[in-house]
Parts: sequence; structure tokens; C-alpha cells
Amino acid sequence: MKPAAFEYHAPRTLEEAVAVLARVAPEEGRVLAGGQTLVPAMALRLARPGHLVDINGVAGLDRIDVADGVVRIGACVRHAAVDAPGPMGRLMALMKRHIAHGPIRARGTFCGSLANADAASEWCLLAVAMDARVEVRSARGARILAVDDLLLGSMMTTLEPDEMIVAARIRLLPERARVGFHEFARRAGDFAQVMAVAVLGDDGPRLAIGSLEPRPRRLPEAEAALANDPVDLAAASRTAAAALLLPEEDAYLRALAETSVRRALEAAA
Amino acid sequence: MHDVTLCLNGDVHRIRVEARRTLLDAIREDCGATGTHAGCEHGVCGACTVLLDGEPVRSCLMFAVQADGRELRTVEGLAKDGVLHKLQQSFIDHHALQCGYCTPGFLMLAAGLIEADPDLSDAALIDGLSANLCRCTGYANIVAAVRAVLGRAPS
Amino acid sequence: MSAAGEKDYQASPSPRLAPGAGRVVGQRVTRLEDAPLVRGDGMFAADVSFPRQLAMRVVRSPIAHGRLLSIDTAAARALPGVHAVWTAADVADIPPIPFRATKVRGLEPYCQPILAAGRVRYAGEPLAVVFADDAYLAEDAADLVVPDIEELPPVLDATAEPAEFLPGHSTEPTVVRKEYGDVAAAFRDAHAIVELALSVGRHSGVPLETRGAIARYDASRDLLELHGAAKKQHWNRDEIARLLGRPPAGVHLFEGHVGGGFGVRGELYPEDLLVCLAALRLRRPVKWIEDRREHMVATNHSRQQHHRIRAAVDGQGRLLAIDDVFFHDQGGYVRTHGARVVDLAAGMLPGPYRLPAYRVAGHFRLTNKTPAATYRAPGRFETTFVRERVMDAIAARLGLDRVEVRRRNLVTPAEMPHARPLDTLGTAVVLDSGDYPGLLDTALDRFGWTALQADLARRRGAGECVGAGIGFFVEKSGLGPSDGVRIAVDKTGGVELISGAASVGQGVETVLAQICAEALGIDYRRVRVVRGRTDRIEFGNGAHASRVTVMSGSATYRAALAVRAMALETAAGLLQAAASELSIVDGHVVRLADPGAPLMPLGEVARHMGPDSALMVGRTPGLSAERWFHSAHMTYPYGVHLAVVRIDRGTGEVRVERYLVANDIGRAINPMLVEGQLAGGFVQGLGGALFEEFRYDETGQPLSTTFADYLIPTLAEVPPLDLIVSEQAPSPLNPLGVKGAGEGGTNGVGAAIASAVDDALRRPGAVVSLPILPRTVHALLRT
Ligand SMILES: Cc1cc2nc3c(=O)[nH]c(=O)nc-3n(C[C@H](O)[C@H](O)[C@H](O)COP(=O)(O)OP(=O)(O)OC[C@H]3O[C@@H](n4cnc5c(N)ncnc54)[C@H](O)[C@@H]3O)c2cc1C
Ligand code: FES
Ligand code: FES
Repeated sequence: MKPAAFEYHAPRTLEEAVAVLARVAPEEGRVLAGGQTLVPAMALRLARPGHLVDINGVAGLDRIDVADGVVRIGACVRHAAVDAPGPMGRLMALMKRHIAHGPIRARGTFCGSLANADAASEWCLLAVAMDARVEVRSARGARILAVDDLLLGSMMTTLEPDEMIVAARIRLLPERARVGFHEFARRAGDFAQVMAVAVLGDDGPRLAIGSLEPRPRRLPEAEAALANDPVDLAAASRTAAAALLLPEEDAYLRALAETSVRRALEAAA
Repeated sequence: MHDVTLCLNGDVHRIRVEARRTLLDAIREDCGATGTHAGCEHGVCGACTVLLDGEPVRSCLMFAVQADGRELRTVEGLAKDGVLHKLQQSFIDHHALQCGYCTPGFLMLAAGLIEADPDLSDAALIDGLSANLCRCTGYANIVAAVRAVLGRAPS
Repeated sequence: MSAAGEKDYQASPSPRLAPGAGRVVGQRVTRLEDAPLVRGDGMFAADVSFPRQLAMRVVRSPIAHGRLLSIDTAAARALPGVHAVWTAADVADIPPIPFRATKVRGLEPYCQPILAAGRVRYAGEPLAVVFADDAYLAEDAADLVVPDIEELPPVLDATAEPAEFLPGHSTEPTVVRKEYGDVAAAFRDAHAIVELALSVGRHSGVPLETRGAIARYDASRDLLELHGAAKKQHWNRDEIARLLGRPPAGVHLFEGHVGGGFGVRGELYPEDLLVCLAALRLRRPVKWIEDRREHMVATNHSRQQHHRIRAAVDGQGRLLAIDDVFFHDQGGYVRTHGARVVDLAAGMLPGPYRLPAYRVAGHFRLTNKTPAATYRAPGRFETTFVRERVMDAIAARLGLDRVEVRRRNLVTPAEMPHARPLDTLGTAVVLDSGDYPGLLDTALDRFGWTALQADLARRRGAGECVGAGIGFFVEKSGLGPSDGVRIAVDKTGGVELISGAASVGQGVETVLAQICAEALGIDYRRVRVVRGRTDRIEFGNGAHASRVTVMSGSATYRAALAVRAMALETAAGLLQAAASELSIVDGHVVRLADPGAPLMPLGEVARHMGPDSALMVGRTPGLSAERWFHSAHMTYPYGVHLAVVRIDRGTGEVRVERYLVANDIGRAINPMLVEGQLAGGFVQGLGGALFEEFRYDETGQPLSTTFADYLIPTLAEVPPLDLIVSEQAPSPLNPLGVKGAGEGGTNGVGAAIASAVDDALRRPGAVVSLPILPRTVHALLRT
């Protein structure tokens, strides 16, 4: 279980990084961030990039900046370091605990998770729930994408081979927002079987679910149901579960959806 | 080929490796420190755990080139002047190992955890130690050994 | 008692080690093994390297079943750094892997060739091997080897009608049948009959260290060495020698540190022969380290069985007869164990209960999956699950309490030794000793079973889905036929103990050192235990089937007593005293009358027994002795597992809240190590009960090939575990009274958790298969 050979590049600046990436992209060049998904995939020879552009040495990418009610998470910010003021920080902390284990959280990155687009990625779920935006750079220029326009499906994004994510931007939650998260995994640290995020209060309601479909999604019907008075969490959870497109009408997965949404809501309520 | 300098347990190793050489293989094969083990080589078992600048990481999930100039600690660096580190002694006293294959990984994981937070809560300890797999002990004695080092009674 | 059992069934002759804790036997001393292991100084297979070694990489079949038309190796051969690429044609002179453990005849056509020829029979089967300068290059080259395989429909269900394996040979080479009593009459006259269909999933030992084999040929001495060996060095040595056409003395096997065995490691596998052959042919050391994905498809699987069982009972819930038909999913070939697991399952199914009539038919069936063999508590984890499901079903059918039904059927102490007209592993099944009802009471009491029921009822009233379960088991251990130990004292008083046993990480060295030290009167830390190598002792039966403490432990005890007697006799001469007035304490000869005053260190006695000593003229020098222990019967440890589970109604997840293992092992040489065995064994059982499974898709592609999809429990899944190490029933069959402790922690876990899940669901008989998956439980909650 040894990776296939590749050429290694360690740019020091963003300009250098996108220049190298532009050059090697046609030869299966890839960005190496935390490596916590890419390296095992290479060890299993499921991935055989011809070049790796290691962005860990690029100055400035490991910063978290907060300005104008937005937290900006740089491409080299590790899972363990992800943080924000107020309820957003609380929500991030709730979710972070479920991403793998300490030693993996010490290396894996927030933006790498978005680029990797795993259906069961906590950060993809958060990004979708919060309508995050993603700063993308290439030698050709820069663009800003809504996360909905980034994530295509399981392990698929709209990034061009010469593009890299430079940072993700998430709007902070108002102080009085209430947040809830639920996840069910087979073992501690495993990828989720199902997970859901709920944000209630000032900015809400926001409700999103991950793992069951190829990409996380908001649940607008259920969010609407939460506007009813009195609020019926059970009914909203049923509405949420009913909205999902599941293979072969899988009753178990639909029940998991209902459970997870309900618990996330209860945690936020 | 890349020239890489690894600072392993205080000793400087200048090695020449392919970019694809994992840090784990470089530590074992190029530096000759075979105390760090491979259990899966895909990031799940933690047998390969080492401290990178003081922090536990999976050495199978990094390339050796990425550790150039970084400070690495492995199980071989725990004992000082022939005296076992208190975690090592506690593992022996609490029968926290059977085959011993997972032991270096658990020792480095635990060392990283308690150095980062000597007042680690019990819940955080359990959470932290659940990162690694052991197939022999059933874990209870590993937890007891680390608790003892934290100065806590077994629970 | 059966005729077969009677003639050779006898208690072990004296001297026996006095019951109770000794100076060092029975003490929780720390292990001799640990210091190098905690320092990183261990020598596991991957740590063994020789100058100029080549790396071997195996090319494996990507397809479950097919005709192997050709293999294109040209591109691989052309890669710089590649020294050789072999396919079946290159190793046609090497016979397939033989059997070591089966009485069943006619299995030869089902043996595995070291490289596939003509047919491939499971995804992962070795097709070719590549030898290159290092492991990275070898893997590059292996990727360039292209097999051309014409796919055939795979056989994936062992309960389906047998298919053709080879012309004239079906996929059912044998049916293991055992029967006694009038089964038909029992069912005819039964008050009630329960009938269940039950299955156990495919899982296995999966040690944390993968396999490895490093061979080197020393032409200067015409000696072939194999490093990374384990478990059965002597048998493997003899077979490797035979298959390669060399004298056994020209082949030596070396066991270093071993990262867990659990039954799967140390069997003779194709890779062991391939590295040896390559070392001979290429004249360079050859190293093969299995990677984890290979391990999941190459190393023995285990456990998968489907049982259709019926039990006849009287109005009191007493068993009258059991009639079981089961199907054992063997995988693509029959490996070294032959039909052993089927035989064990058939022989051990009755467990602790009085059973007047019994009939079993174990269908041994080949499928297109990785070959299966033993894993900790082989045949017992499976049949304890099945039998205890039956006991729960009887309770439910007759409206009796689950514990009460068991109590009514347990063999009582007055019935010990209890012979069954049954055999397994070629020995008659004679339950040697035990107080089954006594241990059951102790366990229930400690667990607070009665109060627990009230507490669970209260919690259910509050809406929780919780339940308690029970499983009673009987183990077997101490399989003979023999083991020898040589003990020698040197001039410094150091002791070398050479054993034909092996160690797979369970603490063998410490245990043998404790027994030796107890008998000899020395510090156990002065004993250096040599094991797992064929160049220091001519014979050995290795480490498996919980046999080492019983067999090698008993041989150690005898050898140590012999050395002690020699030492005292010599010392008596030197000290002008009678040997009967002397003893050895802390490594010194003392007078019994004044044990606090050391008269002569043991090393001094040894010096007087050296080859140049005047005392030894005309005698064989050395303070040393070799002794053997033989046994025709196994000893039977037993115990109880109790579990409390909580089910999450929303997800179907089963969490074990609390667990107890009570195990009577006759005598615990080191209670700390016994507890370690039980705790580790329990977590493996927990894996098999709730998490671990080798799954396949409908084309026979393995789906559990990484640690991300084969779910070994982590610390977070493990409940608080209470242990009772009971020593109420010493075995009469050996001088120590010991029974094996390696497998009791695993044996009853599937049974107890299934019982607890039923109880939580309030649906007796709901659980019919292992592992118990959230999806299944969730469905049960809704139907
Ligand atoms: C045992 C284990 C358990 C895990 N469990 C979980 C879990 O429960 N939940 C979870 O979410 N994740 C889990 N992960 C994955 C982990 O979180 C990864 O860190 C994450 O998915 C990817 O981040 P990374 O920085 O490591 O990316 P890398 O592995 O470096 O890269 C992943 C992919 O993204 C691309 N990429 C990375 N960064 C960028 C960028 N800035 N721009 C463009 N492309 C980029 C790479 O080219 C590559 O294709 C687990 C991993 C392991 C080994
Ligand atoms: S070997 Fe690195 S995590 Fe298993
Ligand atoms: S002691 Fe063997 S794997 Fe942990």
C-alpha cells in the first residue's frame, strides 16, 4: 500500500501556487492540503496524481479572519483550529468533534473538506446550511462561488483542475441564534450515517441534512413548517425526511433523516 | 529525489527520499527507528502516531518531504537516560499492552494529549484515546494507565 | 462415560502444584515482555531486514471466480529494479498447501496452490509475485501485471445447492455428522419443539500487525531461514522443508514479536512458501509485508455459518434432544485446518447442558470468498450463539424465566467428569470439572441481576428501550498431544527456559517464567524464555487453542521440579546435608529449618555441575532438565456472560451499557494476564456481535477491505466490563489445575448481546443473525 510516484511542488506564495497548478493541472496535478483524504487515497492507489502542489507552506493561508460579520477561513486552517465568535463558534465546535479523531483534525483542513465534497463531510453540511461562499483562485484569475455552485455531488465539484480554494466565508450568526447538531455514526470518528444542522432564532430557521444524498442540502419545506404556530418539531422532521430523494425508497434511511433532523431541532430549541 | 532533514528525537537525520515516501516509512526505513508501526497505512488505526512539533499526527498520512526541518518525536524518544517515561512505566504496571503492536502509537497519542492539557477531563481522555485501535487489550487498561499518569484513580 | 474416553481418561499424576496463590504463581506480577515493547525495541516482522533484500509483492485476483486464461507480465519485468515475476508456471513443482488439522479424508483436491493455476476462486487469490528492489517499486510492477480472466458465476451462498468445484468434486467436500441417543424418539415424545434458523456473519481475527515473512538462504551453511513465523513453527518448518525438498534441519523458523494472532496468523500460507522459494532461487533475502487491504482478502476469514436447529424439550423445559443442520461457508479453498471448525462446532454445540440425544450435520461448503479457518473460540462463538438462542426460545415457549431454563439443564458438579458420546478434534468430549450452577449464581449476584430486572422495568416504563441478556458457555483448551520444555541454570543463577511453544502477544514468557520460578524457588525475572524458534528445540506444538499454559506450563512445572531436585541433591553433597533438609528460596539453597539464611546461590550449584567439575565425571553435566507433558484430553473452562443494552429507537443503534464475563479457568497463574485475555477477547466478541463483517457484493467483490469499512470497536464503543476469574474447578488433568483462558472472553458475547437485544425489544427470538446491525434492529422496532 504505497503511493504511486508523483512530482512534489512546495510553493511559498499564492501566486506561485496557482502558477504551478496551472502548469501541472493537465498532468493530473492536485492540491495537497491536509492530506487526510488524498494521502490514504493515494496509498490505496485510488488516486494517482502526477503532481502534488503542497499549499501548506504558502504564507497566509492558515489564517482565520473575522470582519463585517463574516468569518473567513483560509485554505490551510486545520479542522482543529476552525472557530468563530458567538453561536457560529458553538456550532463549529459541536460539529468538529465528529470529524475523525484528534490527530486527523490536527492536519485536515476546512477548505480541503469543501474541495473534497464528501457527502458525509460535516464542513460541507455547515457550508450548505449557512450559504457559505468560497474564494477560488487560478492563474487565470479569481472568482467567488456560492457553495451551492461549488458542490456538484459526492466527491464532485465545479472546480477546474487549475483552480484552488483560497478561503471559505461564512456569515456569523446573531448572538441570540440557537444552534443544534446531531450525527449518527457507527463508531466514534467514523463518517456520519446521517447528520443534521438546525439554527433557530434571529437568523433562522435554517435546517440542513447531510450523508444521505450525494450532497448536503437545505430543507426549505421543513424550514417553512417551522414557521407554523405552535411549532411542531415532529411534523417538521417528517416534512424534512419526506423531501429527500433516496435510493429505492429506503424506509430506514428516511427514518434516520427524521431522527436526525428532529434531534438537531431539539438541541437547538 | 528530495533531500530531507528530519529532527527525530533530537537527532538530525539527513535522508534522500522520493516524494512519495511516507513519513512513516522514512522514520522506519531511512532513520531506522522501527518502534513506530504500520497498522493500516490509510489513516484509521493510529499505530503510526508520532508527535510533529508536539502534536500527535498519523505519520502514514504525510510525506517525508512535508516534515523537512520539523521536530519529530517517536516512542524511542520517550525514555530519558535509560529511565522509562512515566507513561511507559504506567503501561507496564497496568498491563496496558499485550502484543505491543499498538503501544508506540498509543504512547505518543497519550503523550500528546497530556502535554497539551495536563488537566484533561475524563471525557476528553476517552475521546482522545478512541483515535487509535488496539486489538488485544480491550482498552480498559490503556485508559487506566493514562489516568494513573494524570494522577487519577481508575474509575 | 464413552468407551473411547474410558481407557485413557485419567487424572494427571502427582506432584500437583498446591492450590491457592504461591509466591509468584497466582500473583499479578508485571510482564517480562513489556520493557522492549514500550521502548519501541520490539522486533516485529516488518522490523526484520537483511542487507540486499528484495521486496515481494503479490498480484491478486480482482475477480471472485473465473478461468485464468493468461497473465501478461512483460511490462512488469521491463521495469528497472524488478528482478523476477513469477506465475503458476514458475512454481509448478511446488505442491499446494497441505492440511495439519483434520481427520476428514478426501479434502486434497480443495487445497490452495501457492499461485492460482487455471482457476481463480476468490477475489484476492495470489496470481503472480513480483520481486523488486523495494516495496514501492514492487507495487509499481505488480500494477503492471495484467491477468486475463474469463468470469464465471460465483458461489456466494453456502446454503444453496452445492455446485461443481472441479469435475467430479462438488463444492461440498464433506458433511461432518455426529449423533448419539434416540433423537427421533425424543422429538416424537417432546412436550414442545422449538425450531430456529440462525446465522453468524463472516469476520475474523484481524490482528493489528499484518502478516509478514522474510526468508534468507545462507549458502555457507546451506540453511534456509524464515523470519516472521508464528504459532506453529515446527509443523510449518517440517512442511516447508518437505514441499521444497529439503531436510528439516536445513530449514529454521524464527518468531520475533508478534502483533496478535487470534487464530489467523502462523498458519502456512502461500506467501510463506513463496518467500522461501524466492530466497533459494534468487539467492537474496526476500521480504514480504502484507498490507492492510491484502490482509482483509488474504488472511483467513472465519465464523460464517448458517444453522437450522430444532430442540425437543419436556414440560419443564429440560432438553430431550437437539437436531442441528448447519452450513459452513468455507470460501475458495480448504486451508491448513481442513474441516476443523466444522468439527469443533459440531462437537461443542451442546455446551454446558445435559443433552440425552443429539444429531448434527455440518455441511462444509466452498464458496468464492476468502478461505476461512479458526478465529478465537472457533466453532464456539458460533454455536454458543445458536445454542443460547435455543435456550431463550425454550424459555419463551414455555413461559419460563431465561435463567431458570438454563439452571434446569446445566450439568451439575455431581455429574463431573461428564462424558458425552461425542468427540471433537479427535478427542472424546469429557467435561473434566466444574460447578456450572455455582458460577451462574455468583455471576448473577455480582451483576445484581434481580435488582437489574426491576431497574430495567422502570426504565422501560419511562420510555427507554433497554434489556439484559445472558449466555452460558463451555470452552475447550489444552489440546495435546504433548509439549516439552528444557530448563537450564547457568553459573550466574540465570535460567534459560526453552519451549516449543509460541507467543502471539498473550504473555507466554511471563507465565512460563512464573511457573518455573515457583517450582524452582527463584525470581521469575531471572528466567529467560526462548520460544518460537526451531533451532533451539527439536519439537514443539506452538501456541493455539488456549493450549500453552496447560501443556507447556505443565511441562515447565515438571522440568523445573526436576532441576530443583538435581540442585538439591548436588547441594546436599556439597553442604554435607540431606537433600530432604534443603530447599531453594530466592535463588539460594537454604536449610528448611532456617530458610532465612542463604547457604549457597543456585549459580554456585550449577558451577559445580559443569563439565569440568569433578562431581560430574561419568555423568551428563549441567544443572538442566527436559520434561514432557502429554495429554489425551482437553480441559473445559466455562463461564457466563451478562449484558445490558440500550437501543436507540431513532437509529436502531445498540449500545452495550454494562457487561460481565465470569470464567472458571481452574487456576490463574497470573490473574492480571487472565483478566487481560478476557477483556481483549470480550471486545473482539463485541466486534463480531455488533460491528465487524466481511461483506461481499453480488459478484463476489469484497466490500470490507479497509479499516474504514471493517469496523473494529474503538474505546468509545466499549462498555464498562466486570470480570470474575473463578478458580473453583481446577482441572484434574494437569499438575497445575489450569485451563486455558484465551477464549472465554469472546465465546459468549454474541449470545449474551442477542439475548439482551431481544429483551430490550420485548421480542424473544427477534435476533436471528450476527452482527446485529442498526438497520435490522430499527426494522424490528417497527414490525
Ligand atoms: C480515519 C479518517 C476519518 C475521517 N473522518 C471524517 C469525518 O468523519 N468527516 C469528515 O468530514 N472528514 C473525515 N475525514 C477526512 C478529513 O476530514 C479530511 O481532512 C478532509 O476530507 C480533506 O481535507 P484535507 O485538508 O485533508 O484535504 P486533502 O486530503 O489534502 O485533499 C482532499 C482533496 O481536496 C483537494 N483539495 C484540498 N484542498 C484544496 C484546496 N484548497 N483547493 C482545491 N482543492 C483542494 C485535494 O486536491 C484532494 O483532491 C476522515 C479522514 C480519515 C483518515
Ligand atoms: S498506519 Fe497510520 S493510521 Fe494506521
Ligand atoms: S496490544 Fe496488541 S494491538 Fe494493542
